This record gives sequence, structure tokens and C-alpha cells, in this order.
Amino acid sequence: MSRLVAKGLTRRAGGRAIVDGVSLELVEGEFLALVGPNGSGKSTLISMLAGLKRPHAGDVRLGGARLDKTPRRDVARAIAVVEQQAETGERLTAREVVALGRTPHLGALSPWGEEDEAAVEAALAAVDMLRFADRDWHSLSGGERQRLHIARALAQEPGIVILDEPTNHLDIEHQLAILALVKARRMTVLAALHDLNHAALFADRIAVMDQGRLVALGRPGEVLTPERIATTFKVAAMIETAADGGCHIRFMPLPHGSQPPSRLPERHDKPRVINLLHGRV
Amino acid sequence: MTPFASASLRGLAVGAVCLTLLVAALLFGAAIGETRIPLETVARTVASHLRGGVHGIDPIDAGIVWNYRLSRAVVAAACGAALAVSGVVLQSLLRNPLADPYLLGISAGASYGAVSVAILGLGGGFLSLSVGALGGALLAFGFVVVLAFLSGRGPTAIILAGIAGSQLFNALTSFVVTKSATADEARGIMFWLLGNLSGVRWPDAWLAVPVALFGLTVCLLHSRALDAFAFGTHAAAALGIAVRRVQVVMIGTTALMTAVMVSLVGSIGFVGLVIPHAARLIVGVRHGILLPTAALVGAVFLIGADVLSRTIIAGQVLPIGVMTALFGAPAFALILVHRPAQTGGGR
Repeated sequence: MSRLVAKGLTRRAGGRAIVDGVSLELVEGEFLALVGPNGSGKSTLISMLAGLKRPHAGDVRLGGARLDKTPRRDVARAIAVVEQQAETGERLTAREVVALGRTPHLGALSPWGEEDEAAVEAALAAVDMLRFADRDWHSLSGGERQRLHIARALAQEPGIVILDEPTNHLDIEHQLAILALVKARRMTVLAALHDLNHAALFADRIAVMDQGRLVALGRPGEVLTPERIATTFKVAAMIETAADGGCHIRFMPLPHGSQPPSRLPERHDKPRVINLLHGRV
Repeated sequence: MTPFASASLRGLAVGAVCLTLLVAALLFGAAIGETRIPLETVARTVASHLRGGVHGIDPIDAGIVWNYRLSRAVVAAACGAALAVSGVVLQSLLRNPLADPYLLGISAGASYGAVSVAILGLGGGFLSLSVGALGGALLAFGFVVVLAFLSGRGPTAIILAGIAGSQLFNALTSFVVTKSATADEARGIMFWLLGNLSGVRWPDAWLAVPVALFGLTVCLLHSRALDAFAFGTHAAAALGIAVRRVQVVMIGTTALMTAVMVSLVGSIGFVGLVIPHAARLIVGVRHGILLPTAALVGAVFLIGADVLSRTIIAGQVLPIGVMTALFGAPAFALILVHRPAQTGGGR
């Protein structure tokens, strides 16, 4: 059940394709990072892969069965979703938030059991939040809340975890900690990430989205090239490849007085710095 | 002991206390009034009615207790429970602490239905005020549902559709009252709109109690689903909740409960808004415990409000809605002031 295959996924909004014919396979046990500029369709693609939004064309299969024909509860037992910054107005404790992860395992009449208790304890321990278990949600910091969301997803005991920009609004320590935590669990992970270096550091494979299309898919070293970064992200970069096959991206400052091209669409499509660095546009 | 076990123990304890309170409140409701009847007589009357046949009790006292006051207290309890449960469900589902059972146009529609029957003479005398109110409530609810469906179906769309529907039907009510009602009729209608248990007898209780119990049961069966809405509809769906189905069943159930109660006793305000918050302060936000607690607190509260409305001014019965708001509004203000501050992110 940990194999997720998408074929020709398309979803439109306002007469425009937000996601345009994306085919993608999430291999069991891998960490697949989804990167792309703002508005490239990452979140919409993720929602469709999680079964939360329906594609207008194409389909998603979970372990061979069509996701939109699978009961929601079965989907939730297989796939957990962590949103950017899910908030609540309810006065829940940390433990109660994590306990929500047991929802797909509990029927209307089935009582809360030892197994559920154990799953919640284990999840709280995994994110190092046991000592905050009885704290009020609203008394916790952003990083602690996001760790609880991860714990909630762990308590769901899914085969696949889908994360939509899970480290937004966190400081660098918590960003790295959250990703390391997910990576260490050896689950099948699909994560939309903003930071290309995080993608390079944690992902087994990287998928690059640009204007609704999947424009590259492969190992970090293959996908994160200066050319790809220039065409998709419109910035110049240098790639430092490490001996272990990992890579690190150094972004070049834009020349004085120039602005990102997205704010000046009537002029040139790409900043001049790319010309300087690569001798072509 | 794990916090979960202690939480459910606490819930059980609160439940037992509330159940005792409910029985006590029903008995007091039957004992207190213009003629004070000893609790012992009340207990003996109830006991002999339950056994069948009344012996050795003043038949006038027994009649007042059984036919007037106890039936009235039972209906008050059912209404209080139904309105409080509806309030909890709508506040959770719409993620809005100001949601109440009348949000979906039900009370406005019921008023319109009632004035159509009472003032315009709709139904030619064959329709009772209650039937007219029920019809009006369902009509307004239908209007709100269609409007919410057309305008996006999200929580905000539902709330805005409810506001539009309520305003429309309130305007229709005012139109009818100002255009056609005599001063006496207008006063009578106003009394009814504020909630009135005067005409309530056992047949009303036999409708109100099953509806309240049915509604509470349906909501309880969805308590885990309601819990899952804490982080919004997207998060609920990701936790395996069939969001659309739960929304339809829950809103339909609360609308039915509310419409029946309003048609019996008018639009009693504040119970559906204040009691859910009070119940949350007592037992927390988990619906498995919150729903029955809200039901019991609502029931006891409304019995008390009814007793006050009958006794606070000698020889005069005030609308029960005045009592609930008179005590509900300050209580609500207190809850707002003492609610722990929500730091960070917020909603």
C-alpha cells in the first residue's frame, strides 16, 4: 500500500491548468522532494496525491487501487498529511492533537484502546515531545506545533507521509530537525520543500515543478544543475558536489539594480547574470 | 494513570453529577411555582404515576405537578439539551465560537411561519402555531442550504448564507407584524418569539424527548469525526473523515432538533450559544464527553430558567428567552473574559 502512482494529473482553476499532465511514481521507502517556484502547482499536486482534491484528468493509484474509489478512512490509514501550518481554535493539549491521528483506526463505537495509547506515546517520544504532552496547544511554539503535527501523522501509522512545506516559518534548527526526524523514520515520504539545499540534503529523488508541469525528476545531483535552477527558479547558482554524491547550492546575488524578472515581465525573461555566468539565455 | 483514563473518569463523574442534577432539577421544577408543593408530594405523585394510579395525594396538587409543571420541566430539559448539543456541533463544524443553533435561519423561519398562521391566518385555522413554525423553520433552512450550496459550501459560505436567510425571514416577520397585526396580536407574537412554555403538556414532551435523544445519539456517533474537525475540513479529510457526509448529517440533525424545539416553545436564545462554551470549560473539547455534558447542563439550565420565569415576578410569567439571555449574557461575558489567552499563531 506504500506505492503511489499518478498518471496524467491535471487540475484547472480559472481557465488555467494549475497542474498539467503530471505523472509521478512514489517508490516504497524513498524520500521524494517536490520543488518549484511559488505558483508552480506543488500544493495542488500534493492535495491530489493525498486524495484531498480530485484531478480533472488523470488518476492516482494507491497500491493499484484508484484513490478516488478508495474509502477515505482506508486512504487515511495509508497516507498521512502534514499541512503548512494547520491551526485550531480549540483548547487541545499536545497529546489530544497527536491522538487525532488515531481517528482512521477508530470506529464510532470502538473505544480508545491500549494500542492507540501506545501509538500516541511512541509518536510523542519520536518527536521528543513527551514532556510537553499535557501542555495546551496554544502555549507551544511554531516548531513544537509542527513536531506535534508530525507526531500526529506518525500516530496514524501510515505507509506514506505527505508533507506540504512542513518547515515554513520555522527557524533553521527546527527546519533541519523536522526533516531529519522524518528521514530517520524510513517511511515513504513526499515533501514539498522551498529550500533546494534541504531537498538536496534529505531527498533520495527530487521532482521539479514549473508552471504546473513536472520538468525534471531524478537524483539531487542530476536534477539540481545551474541550468535547471536558472530556467525554473530564475536565479544563478553554483553547485558544489561533495564526495559522497551530495550537493550544495550557492545562489549568486543579483547584480545591483536588477530585480527578479517576475516583477518585470514586460522586459527580459531572465536576469542578465545568467548571461554572465553561462554565456547563454 | 494515563491522562486519557483520568479524563474519561472525570467525564463519568461529571456525567453522574449532572444526571443527579437533572433529576433534582425536574423535581424542583415541578415543586416550585405560584403554589409551592412539597418535594415529598412531587415525589409521591411521580412515583404513583409511574406505578399507575394515584392514591392518597391531593388530586389538585397531583394534577398541577403531573399535568402542568412536570411536563413543562421535561420539555424544558429536552429543549435545553437539544439546543446545547446543536450549538456544540455547529461551533465545531463551522469552527466558529459564535455559531448557535439559530444560525441556519431556523428561528427566523419559525417566526415567519408562526406569524403566517397566527396573523395572516394561513391554513384557515386548521394549522396550529407549532405546525406553522415548523414549516417556516424548514422553509428557511432549505433556503439557507441552497444558498450555502450555491455559494461554495465552505464554513464561511454556510455562515453567510445563514445570515442572509435569517435577515430575510426576520424582515418578512416584521413586515407581517407591522402591516397586519393588532397591538394584542403583536404582543402575543413577541411573547411567543421570546420563548414560551406555558401551553406545553405531555404530548409535547413525547415529541421533544425522543427528538432530543435521537439528535444526541446521532451526534455522539459522530463525536470522533467532530473531534477531527479541530484543524479544519482539509485536516479532517486527511484523517479519513468523509467531510461532506458528516457535514450534511450533522447540520441536518441539528436543524431538525432545533426546528422541532422552536416550533414547540419559540426561539429561546443564548442556550445554544453559552452552554457549549460552559461545557467546554468543564470537560474540555473532546466531543465524546462534551456532547452529553452540554446536553445535561443545557437541560438543567433551561429548567432553572423556566422556574425563574414563572416565579421571579409574582402573578406574571415572563418569556423564558428573557431569563436565559438575562443570565446567559453575563455568563457569556464572564466566559469570554476568563477564557485563557490564545498565544501565537491563533486562528
